[in-house]
Amino acid sequence: MINQIIILPIILPLIFAVTMLFFWRSVAVHRYINLFGTLVSLVVSIIILVQVISEGIISLQVGSWQAPFGISIVADLLSTVMVVITAVIGFATALYSIGTIDPDREKYLYYPLLQFLLMGINGAFLTGDIFNLYVWFEVMLISSFVLLVLGGTRGQFEGAIKYVTLNLLSSAIFLAAVGILYGVAGTLNMADLARRIPFVEQKELLTVVSVLFMIAFGVKAAIFPLFFWLPASYHTPPVAVSAIFAGLLTKVGVYALIRFFTTIFVHDIGFTHNLLLISAVLTMLTGVLGAAAQSDFRKILSFHIISQIGYMILGLALFSPLAIAGAIFYIIHHIIVKTNLFFVSGVVDKMKGSFDLNKLGGVYKFYPLLGLLFLIPALSLAGIPPLSGFWAKFVVIKAGLEVQEYFVIGIALLVGLLTLFSMTKIWNEVFWKDDPRGYENHLDESYKQITSTKKYLVIAPIVFLALITIIIGFYAEPFFKYANDAAEQLINSSVYINSVLGMR
Amino acid sequence: MMFSVILSTASRYLLPLLLIFSFFLLLRGHNEPGGGFVGGLVAAAAYALYFIANGVYEAEKLLKAEPIKIISLGLLIAILSTIPSIIIGQNFMTGVWLDINFPVIGKIGTPLFFDVGVYLLVLGITLKIIFSLAEEDK
Amino acid sequence: MNFLLAIIIGILYGAGTYMILRRSLVKVILGLIFLGHAANLLIFTIGRLTKGAPAFIPQGAETLAEPYADPLPQALILTAIVIGFGVQAFAIVLFKRTYQTVGTDDLDKMKSTDELK
Repeated sequence: MINQIIILPIILPLIFAVTMLFFWRSVAVHRYINLFGTLVSLVVSIIILVQVISEGIISLQVGSWQAPFGISIVADLLSTVMVVITAVIGFATALYSIGTIDPDREKYLYYPLLQFLLMGINGAFLTGDIFNLYVWFEVMLISSFVLLVLGGTRGQFEGAIKYVTLNLLSSAIFLAAVGILYGVAGTLNMADLARRIPFVEQKELLTVVSVLFMIAFGVKAAIFPLFFWLPASYHTPPVAVSAIFAGLLTKVGVYALIRFFTTIFVHDIGFTHNLLLISAVLTMLTGVLGAAAQSDFRKILSFHIISQIGYMILGLALFSPLAIAGAIFYIIHHIIVKTNLFFVSGVVDKMKGSFDLNKLGGVYKFYPLLGLLFLIPALSLAGIPPLSGFWAKFVVIKAGLEVQEYFVIGIALLVGLLTLFSMTKIWNEVFWKDDPRGYENHLDESYKQITSTKKYLVIAPIVFLALITIIIGFYAEPFFKYANDAAEQLINSSVYINSVLGMR
Repeated sequence: MMFSVILSTASRYLLPLLLIFSFFLLLRGHNEPGGGFVGGLVAAAAYALYFIANGVYEAEKLLKAEPIKIISLGLLIAILSTIPSIIIGQNFMTGVWLDINFPVIGKIGTPLFFDVGVYLLVLGITLKIIFSLAEEDK
Repeated sequence: MNFLLAIIIGILYGAGTYMILRRSLVKVILGLIFLGHAANLLIFTIGRLTKGAPAFIPQGAETLAEPYADPLPQALILTAIVIGFGVQAFAIVLFKRTYQTVGTDDLDKMKSTDELK
């Protein structure tokens, strides 16, 4: 009965969200339930990870309907690792939200929405059925739509229009692709598909379907040329929302791409994975060049999400076990680091009242510790050893050298350098140079009224995530081993198929 | 808003009829067309009709509970309906049926409770959408 | 029947694509609704059209008697319609609020978040 536990990451957020809805007038209760809920989810997901590492893939047939017919919930190493990271980010965001979200947003059900979002994300990671994946995507999107516009400023609405329209378009494409795939292969269970696809006769139609899926997930993952909604919307909501979006949402798209183009669609690697490779290179380049032009703290970070997505897709497109392990390692590292950078940008905004680099300055002089907390994720993002980003880039690039894609590797290294340039720019403008208003410590009026408890609550998740970055950096060996095992499970899909369909 | 005596009077009598019809749809839903979703929509349509005839304040007063309470109650019932499957050691969400036949309803099992949850959820959400669209126009 | 449905799906996709490329918010949401319906009909058509009985095994029999209708595409469409209903209702409210806040329904005038400061 131990396999029932893998439903918990999906059902627990729902239970906590409903509990909050019953106390919907008392916001203080929401905060504690939310914090408690994310903590419980974290513990549960770690227990599942330990189980999966020791016993292999765990699968659950919901409602006791047998595998290809019913809905399967499958926890393989990749899914479980993603669920654990989601729980970590959920917990950090819960802490950060208590310190930063204004009472108006809290009253309009901010915390239940956060739990619904986590439920959608966990569902997308754990499901073993493509149509069910569509459903979880929609759960995730609806919650993210509401979180994005909560508060209702003009910028939020303008960003949300683009975000909503493009994501609905991608959902329509996803749905059409699901329909055609069912017509071609006669099943929507991922394991069953992996087994049947080699015997499908209409290979051309299959390639068309795979490209449709690539476009649908590409919009969600923000790969070139489908990323325009991201820099238009991610800098508009409150920082806590930006941070959890930046960390998790695009990575669900990347996860779906990795799952589909390793386990299911490997019938025409010459075409599909080359397409991914071209897209990955252009994603890296446009992202980092877009960032170079910006002078807004959060916009620079938003563009860097795009360029970093390029590295993950690059790992997938190179399609060797090492490269996919690199992509998985990259996701783990990136989620932690990117969320943390957004958190830091929020703290700077609370102090100085702006995200505009031209108006900021002098933070290091009065708050050297915050400078250090920025430098850890920033240098990690750029790939400076011995932080986590170095190992992530190192593995992807080593995998690229092994398959002799020298041009692509050259671009990847160049993008790393430009990332460092961007991070130095932020460092110079925000932390190093003097405040344009003079040498004294200029603080925003509202900052002086924030209680010190709240300040600790805001700093705590930043320190927590920075520590994880350092740990991944210095003890990269075990993390890389599990990334490698996860890649192994993806490429040798027979273990996955046997676990889900119950064959020996 | 224009006030129509005929519609207002008709809606007063149609409301209970439509609600009974929505229960009927809910209960026959297991093996025949119907179910929680359709039932919830019909119930919501009944209230929507009442609201068109008598205005949003009357409709909200008639409902007594806030839509969000209905939504949370529906979700709660749906979650609770999954617990028996775990208790008897089956896979999550497996349907558990009592062996006794009840008059009118037939067999009672967890899928029925799940459907009741869906019914309340759909009712609550549709009303929430209608009310929030209506309140803004004033 | 297949042919007719194929043409309808084509028209819906064409109209939907045309509409989401317009500048007006109302037309964009109409376009999205068309695309959703087109996808639903596509699943319906591709799941093989048959005038079959429901896929229930009669009492006493061991297997299904031909012809029977595949229930899965219907279940998929039903779910997709429900989800589409929710998402489109949300989108309409969102677009309305946007119109009230921004004061225009012209998408070309909504680019303050994209501009370089």
